Amino acid sequence: MIARLQQTGYEEDRLQRVAKLLPCRELQAGTLLSIMGQPQQYSYPSVFIYGHRASGKSHVMHILLKELELPHATVSCVECVSVALLFEQVLLSFFGCDAASLLPRSPSLSDFVRIYRQQCLEMPAKQTRYVVMEKAELLRDMDANLLPAILRLQELVEDNVTVIFLSEIVWDKFRPNTGCFEPLLLHFPDYSKGELQQILSQDKHPSYSAEFYSSYINILLGVFYSVCRDLRELRHLAALNFSKFCEPLAEGKVKESDTHKLWRNIEPHLKKAMQTVYLREVSSLQWEQMQQVEEKETGPLRGLSAHTHVELPYYSKFLLIAAYLASYNPARTDKRFFLKHHGKIKKTNFLKKNEKTSNHLLGPKPFPLDRLLAIFYSVVDSRVAPTASIFSQISSLVTLQLLTQVSHDDQLDAPKYKCAVSMDFICAISRTVNFDIVKYLYDFL
Amino acid sequence: MSTSSVSKGCFVFKPNKVVVTSTPNSGKRYKLCQDLWDQIKTDTESLQDELNRSILDSLLDFTRKCSSTRQHGDWASQMRASEIPTAALVLGVNVPDHDMTFQSLSELLQQLVTPHVASLQAKECGGMKGLRVFFLRKKEPEQTSTETHKSMHCSLGILCDWYKSKTRKSSTGTPGKKRSSPVKDELQQPPVVVIFKDLEAFNHRVLQDFILICSRYIERLPLMFIFGIATSPSTIQNMLPHSVSSLLCIELFQSLSCTQHLATVIDKLVLTSHFPFKLNGKVMQVLISIFLYHDFSVRNFIKGVQLALLEHFHSQPLSVLCCKKKEALANVMELSQRDLERIRQLPSFRRYTEKQDAQEKVNLMTDDTHLKEVCRKLIKDLRKYHKNYYPVLRCLHTLTSSLPRYPLGKQIRELHLICLEKTVWETEEYQSAMKLLRMLAKDELIASIQRCCGTLKPVKSKKMMNALIQMEEILTKIKQLDGNITSPVKSLSQKKTDLFQLQKTLLEMNETRRTKKLSPFETVRNEALELIDGLVKSHLSPPEAQTLYEVCYYTSSATVRRHLNATPRTSIQAALSNPYHYLQNESLKTEDGSVSNAAPDICIAYKLHLECGRLINLYDWLEAYATVASAAEGNDPDSDTFGKVDEVKHARFIQAVSELEFLGFIKSTKQKTDHVARLTWGGC
Repeated sequence: MIARLQQTGYEEDRLQRVAKLLPCRELQAGTLLSIMGQPQQYSYPSVFIYGHRASGKSHVMHILLKELELPHATVSCVECVSVALLFEQVLLSFFGCDAASLLPRSPSLSDFVRIYRQQCLEMPAKQTRYVVMEKAELLRDMDANLLPAILRLQELVEDNVTVIFLSEIVWDKFRPNTGCFEPLLLHFPDYSKGELQQILSQDKHPSYSAEFYSSYINILLGVFYSVCRDLRELRHLAALNFSKFCEPLAEGKVKESDTHKLWRNIEPHLKKAMQTVYLREVSSLQWEQMQQVEEKETGPLRGLSAHTHVELPYYSKFLLIAAYLASYNPARTDKRFFLKHHGKIKKTNFLKKNEKTSNHLLGPKPFPLDRLLAIFYSVVDSRVAPTASIFSQISSLVTLQLLTQVSHDDQLDAPKYKCAVSMDFICAISRTVNFDIVKYLYDFL
Repeated sequence: MSTSSVSKGCFVFKPNKVVVTSTPNSGKRYKLCQDLWDQIKTDTESLQDELNRSILDSLLDFTRKCSSTRQHGDWASQMRASEIPTAALVLGVNVPDHDMTFQSLSELLQQLVTPHVASLQAKECGGMKGLRVFFLRKKEPEQTSTETHKSMHCSLGILCDWYKSKTRKSSTGTPGKKRSSPVKDELQQPPVVVIFKDLEAFNHRVLQDFILICSRYIERLPLMFIFGIATSPSTIQNMLPHSVSSLLCIELFQSLSCTQHLATVIDKLVLTSHFPFKLNGKVMQVLISIFLYHDFSVRNFIKGVQLALLEHFHSQPLSVLCCKKKEALANVMELSQRDLERIRQLPSFRRYTEKQDAQEKVNLMTDDTHLKEVCRKLIKDLRKYHKNYYPVLRCLHTLTSSLPRYPLGKQIRELHLICLEKTVWETEEYQSAMKLLRMLAKDELIASIQRCCGTLKPVKSKKMMNALIQMEEILTKIKQLDGNITSPVKSLSQKKTDLFQLQKTLLEMNETRRTKKLSPFETVRNEALELIDGLVKSHLSPPEAQTLYEVCYYTSSATVRRHLNATPRTSIQAALSNPYHYLQNESLKTEDGSVSNAAPDICIAYKLHLECGRLINLYDWLEAYATVASAAEGNDPDSDTFGKVDEVKHARFIQAVSELEFLGFIKSTKQKTDHVARLTWGGC
């Protein structure tokens, strides 16, 4: 069943082992191997591999390079906040500590190339060296010259080196507008349902038979395949729920072969897991504890998003309400809402068709501080002195991320804000202070 | 008088120096104040520790559990994605208050679980780099100092190596003990705890990247996060996408809400006869409203109490008597002639003398030793009043706090405020509460009386003991009723029901109701309420009615408000519209709110700008200003040069206008040339 990997220059049994470790990715591994060629041969300068999350990109690269004992450096681009870290890691894994310490304090690309070349003279490559860059999409945010240079690193350092990019984004989104060397593109497609089944079935529980575990995986995929194809996540879920699946077996109620009964037992449980633990509403630890005490029915565990209530000081609530009104009402309607004797406003003029009902769909609009305070003083029922604590409450609301400051921090004069809370939230807040906010919202008039 | 100094920004007009005469007892007062504050401080600190204990304990348990489960090597934990254990600690919206909680948390963690604790604050970690540098620096102070290897870029890899060497060192250091106990084994790999003090303030991007990086090292480095959340746990989901939050194993910890926290602090700090220093109703009201309306900060509340304490001992010379009974009595004997005179002038003391007969009046006014004796007696009375006041207050609260619609408040502090302000038994709320209490069912009555007994029990005062005994009597009476009471309805159901008899009994029942013949339970209930009412009337009179209350009560709510709830804009407006208020210069004194000609330029410009509309024509403003300024110089109104704009006036005007702009009263506008716009709320 396992397809054979073939490439001259490598030992046969090693290739066999690699093939065994890479189920359902034989095709891709084979292509990669043929691109890489024999160890001492020069390979293509840069290869770009893309595919969704958990489609085996890093795994394949890792296994290939490790099992075949090829010299390589694996760099995760999230970790490289500065290019210096990236260079350091590459030099460190190819030439050791001493080379890495040669880098100046804030190295430029040419520094890196210079040191690489120096080291290369001392230790010329007998085999192709590989640089694997994980999460390569982050390279786009770094210096503009970095990506084109790395793409033709082989040429720059004059060494037998190949750079392999791993990314979840297609190459078209990378291509700099100045043009660059085109890497070889390789796509890792998503695992199909059958493939997932095959891979997941491999990590069977030691005390149960393979068929039993495979049937469990089948049920699991039946529930989760429609929402989640992430292999890692599925494996995690499988591990979390397996003990529940085995429960009737341990109690001696059913036999291993009685799949229907087992299915009836586990299916509602898995559905519940989909709503809670999969969304991380409930942590895996809590989920496991819940399974153990479920017989007693401790009542439904409240997830993270169930806790939305925020206690705020009285005036902060009104400030937030004022901010919400300022964000979602057009400024010209303030007169109508907050002035007692607003005079006659023509209805047709007031209710512009396209403006109506669209404010909440468009999201909050920025407003100046003046307007916020004007609305605040007209909605709050008692006379409030404009004290320093009123103003400091505005900035605390900003740090709590209930308001966001739109203008720059440095702008002291007439700052602008946006309200960052949802309709439900503000309704709950205004209910606690007996303020009927819907009456003041232009969209609901 | 020259006004140019104002525009230079330094005020040369100095108010008359207030001569501070140091009274002989100021040193003593200072010491008393210090002692009292120290006591309050230690008490509140221990109180807060106690309040935080439960949540800190559960957090510690969580960290221990996480570090121990990590080491299990069974199938499930191998298959599971390795998540970073995370505690989401919800602490309430007042962020500055959290500092203390985190302080004690990290201390506890360091003592009991792990030496590796790092606390991060958002303002230190603006970018990814900052976050990492801070994170690493906090964890390896010894490494940054010795600089064992040249690491210019801190990375988690280095941290891993450091951690490995650290743990290996400790394990090789104690090879013998290694197998002695499982606890020791667990401590072989102490977790590395990272505390994010204010999660909301962190940059989303930075936090996500940091978590992604950490999750790569979780196999080698037992990391653990603690998120300090101010709003609600759902912010985690707002901040982190699923791909990141799936790397965390989040458990929620909810701390006590700040209103409950305040209630305990008030209970322990204010509603006790333990501290001789008291706040009167208005000051209390100010402090509580600052808490409820503005900041939700218990720390600020205690700061407010401290301020009141300082002010009281500073401004009231008689506060020497505001201390423990023995000291106070001793201090009375040491009072100087002047202090005694002050006592005689206290309004409460005058009221007291009014009530005495003629001879006594004369004695009090002239005989110092007699006055001292009376003062000792009065101070003892005041102490007794306090001793009885709080238990009775609590009793009344236990009775009324469960009534529908809370006529006397839901919280004990509301009842306390009512009692401080007015005579509680004359208020309408009290009457309605009593009316409701008269309708209590039996089990409710028993329960609340039992609770009352509970509150009265620990009080060591004769009157309270008596009250306790009476209450217990009432309790036994009610319980005795149980045996012989048979409700008419019950007896009715036992008999054979024929129509005639039913009619008869119903008529009888009607009869009894009309004559208002009380059932035995009702009489007992009335008795109980009489008792409570009596207690309230004899002990809950407002403190203002007590003689010498000024000694213990701090009354200046305006000072507290001014200090704690500053109104910068009002002050600026006061300074501009009434410069005399701050400068205290006689020539600036005016009536009816107008500004004198001699006022500083900015005041004149301000006054003139108030007369304009939303847009102000600068030239008109300048003309008006020039007129006023020439009048101030004493120029002849009929002369040609009067009101003419010369260079000096022009310059002064421009300076005044730019100062007004700086203070946020006007701003330049593009709507009309040569105009400025008036601002209502200031640019702030």
